[in-house]
Amino acid sequence: MVTLTAPENLETTLDSFSVDLAGGTVRELNHALHDAADGQAWTVTNPEGKHSLAVGINADVSVTINGHAGYYAAGMHQKGEVTVTGNAGVGLAENIMSGKVHVHGDASQSAAATGHGGLVVIDGNAGARCGISMKGVDIVVGGNIGHMSAFMAQAGRLVVCGDAGDALGDSIYEARIYVKGTVASLGADCIEKPMESEHLEEVAGLLTAAGRADNPADFTRYGSARSLYHFSVHNSTSY
Amino acid sequence: MCGIAALQLRNPRLHPQMGSLLSSMMCQIVDRGPDSAGLAVYDTPGLVSKGTATLSLLGKDQGMPVGDITAALETLLPVSASTAVRVVGDTTLVSAAVDTGLLVKAVSETLRGPTIIGRGEHVAVMKSVGHPMDIAAEHGLEALAGSQGLSHTRMATESAVTAGGSHPFSVADDLCLVHNGSFSNHATIRRGLVRDGVVFDSDNDTEVGARYIASRLQQGDDLETALTNLGKVFDGFYTLVVTTADSMAVVRDPIACKPAIIAETADYVAMASEYRALAALPGIENARILEPEPGKVYTWSL
Repeated sequence: MVTLTAPENLETTLDSFSVDLAGGTVRELNHALHDAADGQAWTVTNPEGKHSLAVGINADVSVTINGHAGYYAAGMHQKGEVTVTGNAGVGLAENIMSGKVHVHGDASQSAAATGHGGLVVIDGNAGARCGISMKGVDIVVGGNIGHMSAFMAQAGRLVVCGDAGDALGDSIYEARIYVKGTVASLGADCIEKPMESEHLEEVAGLLTAAGRADNPADFTRYGSARSLYHFSVHNSTSY
Repeated sequence: MCGIAALQLRNPRLHPQMGSLLSSMMCQIVDRGPDSAGLAVYDTPGLVSKGTATLSLLGKDQGMPVGDITAALETLLPVSASTAVRVVGDTTLVSAAVDTGLLVKAVSETLRGPTIIGRGEHVAVMKSVGHPMDIAAEHGLEALAGSQGLSHTRMATESAVTAGGSHPFSVADDLCLVHNGSFSNHATIRRGLVRDGVVFDSDNDTEVGARYIASRLQQGDDLETALTNLGKVFDGFYTLVVTTADSMAVVRDPIACKPAIIAETADYVAMASEYRALAALPGIENARILEPEPGKVYTWSL
């Protein structure tokens, strides 16, 4: 299921706040966001690639980071929506639990790593190891993803509207991967699977949630061949 | 970790600001490598001049007064060479209008065991142990003009925290290399190069990379080919930046272990370990920003 936050309705927004990081510190920003109340709208200006912006948010707030974020932006995200208008560095939305994180530009490697739930949308490209060890998060990437993406993925969905790099889904458990473009190579135990009607519906829902108009029929599904679940001596060369 | 910040200025009008721009980049990568640091600056008036070979020597104290070094060198070099010796921060710069090889010979005969950390017509290299911004300030980086600049902040892993182990490594005329990461098979490659007659200054893994590139260039590779060959021979983690008199190259290892980000505008090409080091550059909001792909060699020429 797609975890969606309610569309932001500015008229019902109770409060709006702005934090300028040219003057304030990241710690002050994060403290303020941890004290925030549901319904608030926050804007962060001059992020200038600083690390750990808007991490650990546990209130239904909307946070807009105007510019480029550094490492671990919106990590451990629990509720609400974080939007980065520029690019994001390594480890975007790492360990996201629920809610939504949206990057308008590119994301560096390990985006949504170990994510348990929620939705991560990257309009541009994502680097290597996108969705590594994902445990239930949904990820929609508008562009390409790098190598070793969805490595040891356990649950959740990864939708890629561009191409995927080498070793996609290596040692995957049960996550579903949908790629519109080409796949440089599949990792161990990751195979192509047929697109049934439920998969088309699933992709359509995820694309809609991400605000995209791609045709679900253009995607190919990949998932686990389930041959490496349990150690067998016959598989020893596959590890 | 280690931090890298590099800048190639395409627009000559920015040349006077090279040092202040590089300094603004470098102060954002200090966290990545606070134990020692180094700088390479190209075409900096007052440090190097065209038609003159300049050697950068490690340390401000070479065991004899500057005047005596100059006098001793003048006895070995032609009068027309206008030999000059200057101390800049913790670095001694020796220049003379002769072939670089001849100047190296004269300096080696004059001084007891000098460590030559930079050589060529265009580049001056400065490195030391301590807080990177103290090192930059000691060498007056803010005020230095130039066409290219390269800086490195080191968190030592493969060899000791010494000034000689700091980056950049400059082992051939106007060639500099900085490295974030570690080479795992450097000892094997070092043995091969030593057999070929290459002489090393340190135990550092990055020096092996620099000597390897210099050796490939000497054998006729262009910079891009030399770095492609490096990728076939070296094992380990690396993001490398290599600069020459008129070009700059960036390459990451094939599994992209170490970070890198590039910003390109009509005025400059800038590379850094993290975006925050690029954030203060002029016109960055309209720059083309990209993360270099693993294993791909990127080069830009002045």
